[in-house]
Amino acid sequence: MTTITETSTLITQKDYRSNSLWRLTLRRIFRQRSAVIGMSILGFLVLVAIFAPLIAPYDPEQVLIGVEDVSKRADPCIYLLGCSRDQPQHIMGVDGNVRDEFSRVVYGTRYSLFIGMSTVSFAVIVGTLLGAFAGYLGGWVDNVIMRLLDVLMAFPSLLLSITIVTVLGKGLENALLAIAIVSIPIYARVVRASVLSVKENPYVAASRALGGSHLHILFSRILPNAVPPLIVQATLGIGTAILDAAALSFLGLGAQPPTPEWGTMLGMERNQVFTAPHLVFFPGIAIMITVLAFNLLGDGLRDAIDPRLKQ
Amino acid sequence: MIQYIIRRVLSAIPVLFGILIVTFALARMIPGDPCKAILGEKATVEVCERFAREYGLDKPIYVQFGIYMNDVLHGDFGESIRFSRPVTIILVERLPTTIELGLAALLIAVLIGIPAGIISAVYRNSPVDVAVMVGANAGVSMPVYWLGLMLAYIFALLLKDTPLWLPPTGRLTAGIASTPFYEVFEWPVVEGGIKYHFFEFFANMYVINSIITQDWEVLRDTLKHLILPAFALSTIPLSIIARMTRSSMLEVLKLDYVRTARAKGVIERLVILKHALRNALLPIVTVIGLQVGTLFAGAVLTETIFGFAGVGRILYEAITARDFPIIQAFTVVIAIGYVVINLLVDISYIFIDPRIRLD
Repeated sequence: MTTITETSTLITQKDYRSNSLWRLTLRRIFRQRSAVIGMSILGFLVLVAIFAPLIAPYDPEQVLIGVEDVSKRADPCIYLLGCSRDQPQHIMGVDGNVRDEFSRVVYGTRYSLFIGMSTVSFAVIVGTLLGAFAGYLGGWVDNVIMRLLDVLMAFPSLLLSITIVTVLGKGLENALLAIAIVSIPIYARVVRASVLSVKENPYVAASRALGGSHLHILFSRILPNAVPPLIVQATLGIGTAILDAAALSFLGLGAQPPTPEWGTMLGMERNQVFTAPHLVFFPGIAIMITVLAFNLLGDGLRDAIDPRLKQ
Repeated sequence: MIQYIIRRVLSAIPVLFGILIVTFALARMIPGDPCKAILGEKATVEVCERFAREYGLDKPIYVQFGIYMNDVLHGDFGESIRFSRPVTIILVERLPTTIELGLAALLIAVLIGIPAGIISAVYRNSPVDVAVMVGANAGVSMPVYWLGLMLAYIFALLLKDTPLWLPPTGRLTAGIASTPFYEVFEWPVVEGGIKYHFFEFFANMYVINSIITQDWEVLRDTLKHLILPAFALSTIPLSIIARMTRSSMLEVLKLDYVRTARAKGVIERLVILKHALRNALLPIVTVIGLQVGTLFAGAVLTETIFGFAGVGRILYEAITARDFPIIQAFTVVIAIGYVVINLLVDISYIFIDPRIRLD
């Protein structure tokens, strides 16, 4: 008898462990090929960002005039591909200010990841608060907030960012703020939709009957439901934010030289595309890979967490 | 049906009003004295006072907004700081180039995106599907300006002296000029008048103008110059349209009526193109409408790279010169255009999906 009880307890515990929500979700995520590819690329990029000083052979802002015998916009020189060992090795060449392009691209990973994460974090926090209050309070608060966000959404995001940065003044911080502002409506809408779908549920009414305050109900009972779609949207949003920030920098509105930011690097050398295409090619590829990683991860997460959002 | 249209038009009015408030507020948030920003640091107090009176800057803010709204409704966006010319005239001169580029990009996106999405859905999980989806994923992740530069490098430099060579900048080769249709047909038009600007607007769209005037050399040259920027600009909309078409088709293809059509013996091509696509079209059309914003914003970058004298290019120049009236006007015009196009898309639902008409 004792043995049977122990065995059944063991089975129940095992089932419980193997079927916990997190485990199930993780298993679903790992079954998504795009999520796994996205995560792998991102993992690699995070490592590059962390260990940039170890990977980069030069300081990204170090001008090599007088240090080495290299000329402005020199082509890539890779020993393994037959480049003479008399020359210093620059695997992505040298930029217009005689700086090692590879080191700049490596350090650029830090900027891109920081830009993506910081703008989206800001937008998610503000968007969540706005969306939560709009959905929970309803009535005129909902109307006012949502109409304001509708207006923000009526502008193409890059265009509104350009206008905001022109007003605030160029620079990376203002560019980040502009991108964050224009992405608020998406997150607010996601959260509002989640809040509206669960706020009439019996368990929310029960929480209210037990004397839970509005803030407690909103943040502990309702908002956790908005987390999965919010994670999906935020992951996809990071890619867009990185693209928009790079575009602003390309136009001279975002990060300013000599910052090793990929958009800025592209913008600085864009007129040299016919003479030194490598200086345009590498930063662009870096942007593309990073954005692609977030997009793949976002797509995979969406399919795993919330297939209803699948487009 | 009319009720639905009226409801949609009415719901767009607050958004249009909001757009004007936002752009007005942004203009007022520019740090520093607007007089000195526009007339220069050396502007004297008297000059600035006269400037404030002239532009109504000495009046309460709500009166200023009233003046601004009145001006915008009359098509008056003020004067460009950099060019010392009315912004409206600059817009009329430059918009056709951007519209032509945007339409060409949209055409490429639709003509490639929809068939790619359909093929992808029909041959789900096949190598073709995987290739289309990988391409679409890469397409949405690519910076437009980078692709533009790379295309210019490949087609203008690497493929030089081959029949595939394409020009990297400009709208026409030096020595070739597009003669406005009203000049070819010898219509009496006084330069500078409204009629002139109206005709000039259409004549500036070289593709349309050369078709009207049957000038095939200009048409060929225009198209040659248009391909690269239009293709670069089309990548993001193309990818999004392909993805949306695929998922929308997949949804529809598993419905019962599609199975019924197949069971009836309808040939597969008709099942897909007539039965399935027609019902899958609604989200595709919606997403096409939403891409208009992406196209106009992308035009700023593409025109800068390909030396197109469109609104995007002038916006870039305005950014560097902090020429706010131009930036403001462009933002207002594009945002309004964006709202109006999406309104038209909403109204087009009636024709695509009769159920909406019945509701």
